[in-house]
Amino acid sequence: MSIRLENVNYVYSPDSAFCKQALKDINLEIKDGEFIGLIGHTGSGKSTLIQHLNGLIRATSGRIYYNEQDIYESQFNLRGLRALVGLVFQYPEHQLFEVTVFKDVCFGPNNLGLSKDECEARAREALRLVGLKKKHWQKSPFELSGGQKRRVAIAGVLAMKPEVLILDEPTAGLDPKGRNDILEQISKLHREEHMTVILVSHSMEDVAQYVDRLVVMNRGSVFMEGTPAQVFKHYVELERIGLAAPQVTYVMHRLAQEGYKVDPDATTIREAVSEILSALGKKNEGSEVIQP
Amino acid sequence: MNIVKAAHLIYDYITQDDETGEETVSRAIDDVDLDISAGDFIAILGHNGSGKSTLAKHMNALLLPTGGAVWIKNMDTRDESQVWDIRQTAGMVFQNPDNQIIGSIVEEDVGFGPENIGVPTDEIWQRVNESLEAVGMTEYRQHSPNKLSGGQKQRVAIAGVMAMRPECIVLDEPTAMLDPNGRKEVLKTVRKLNKESGVTVILITHYMDEVILADKVFVMDDGKIVMDGMPREIFSQVEMLKSLRLDVPQVTELAYELKKAGVPLPDGILTIDEFVQALENVKRPEISNAQKKEGDAHVDPS
Repeated sequence: MSIRLENVNYVYSPDSAFCKQALKDINLEIKDGEFIGLIGHTGSGKSTLIQHLNGLIRATSGRIYYNEQDIYESQFNLRGLRALVGLVFQYPEHQLFEVTVFKDVCFGPNNLGLSKDECEARAREALRLVGLKKKHWQKSPFELSGGQKRRVAIAGVLAMKPEVLILDEPTAGLDPKGRNDILEQISKLHREEHMTVILVSHSMEDVAQYVDRLVVMNRGSVFMEGTPAQVFKHYVELERIGLAAPQVTYVMHRLAQEGYKVDPDATTIREAVSEILSALGKKNEGSEVIQP
Repeated sequence: MNIVKAAHLIYDYITQDDETGEETVSRAIDDVDLDISAGDFIAILGHNGSGKSTLAKHMNALLLPTGGAVWIKNMDTRDESQVWDIRQTAGMVFQNPDNQIIGSIVEEDVGFGPENIGVPTDEIWQRVNESLEAVGMTEYRQHSPNKLSGGQKQRVAIAGVMAMRPECIVLDEPTAMLDPNGRKEVLKTVRKLNKESGVTVILITHYMDEVILADKVFVMDDGKIVMDGMPREIFSQVEMLKSLRLDVPQVTELAYELKKAGVPLPDGILTIDEFVQALENVKRPEISNAQKKEGDAHVDPS
């Protein structure tokens, strides 16, 4: 299921003193099964953009197609779209409210009008998908750690069985291990469940490691698109719009300047290790990069 | 002089079961000793739930010890009569800038603290001017805070604390919600306050690369301080940090991985410059060995 945006514009509070154009002429296609990273400075329009993708915000002008169907056509089922395109907001654990983890995850499917058995089956599956151990399922969500709460919140969205999963900074405020665990889990959903994933992030290191394609936003427009290597090559331009490249990319550019025969566009530690080893004339024994 | 001192500090959170009324005690801080000298830049690392924030809240008497004691500039935080002096000495900045800003105009927000403690109007304005200058936000003084970027808002929050003329600022994950530029702005501001105004900085963070310029790093786990040392000493222990759910800066990890693959690099490389230099030494061992004999092979990282 692809999502296609054509000339999408969005203006906040038009005809008032606070009128602000948040999105300018966005043309974008998100293909079935892609893992996309959405980056951009604060206020660049990332959150506004993702809320268009499941119809929470209606574009001021332009068209959005879900599976080639215009979502603004009167017969299009917008309510259904919200189940198909699951959106995990920033700090989603603030939205937990039920007395147990399990009931909280059931809330979404319950609202879809599914039977109790189906809701519970979905909740079990969703909690398994986010890797939350069974011993926590009957606890109050408020007894859990920050990382665990966030998994519960993500499970709540997964229980709606979305085809597309959008996450707005899912790792903000988590410790490095918690960050890796959540990202590994998301990456697994993408690999094994073939879910289309859109990850909004301020961590250049994280997007470099996980996503297939990056979309860079600046002041409401798409500034750049491409693989992490293609995008981070332009680190000077990225810095100008408030972003950066992963630290390894700077290391590799520096080494290339110093005359090492390395590909300066390596964006992950793994790539950098093998580039440097071959530049030094050593064989890479395929050492695994350990995770915290 | 010690600005922050803790001896055998213990803090227990007590939760009560609604139905049975049974109380459970969880120990968030477990026998912590701490000595922070005035003017230092201190970083505290630790995974979620390791006790960092609980410790930080003891530094301006937001929480009081269950056992042991905390002194801020020799003032015991348990002494209620000194609580306002303690809070003026040690200011706090939290994660979410939106929760810390109350004024409708930047300069009013910054002046709120001094106004509250009855500082004369002329001096309030003087403090506002100085504080905004110190965080580089003077040109935004007439702006509405909600139109600022995250990094700018956080700098306004820091200015609000600076206007209280604290000797120590405790920042609890001040960059967690910011984009890369916002993070850079805030860190630059904090370092400047430390270097130029001599303010003691205690920075709690999950970003390892923010820690490399600290004078000293404390690592917490399970309510205890489990590692302390200079950033280089801490980041030399990659496996240990990972077992504590932490990480190292990417360049440190790169050097570590290369070393595992047989490239003889030293431990605890913290910056790109150090890395490039170390790699040069590997490439031309005869030169670096010769230098070593002359005793000047050590490149001063500062």
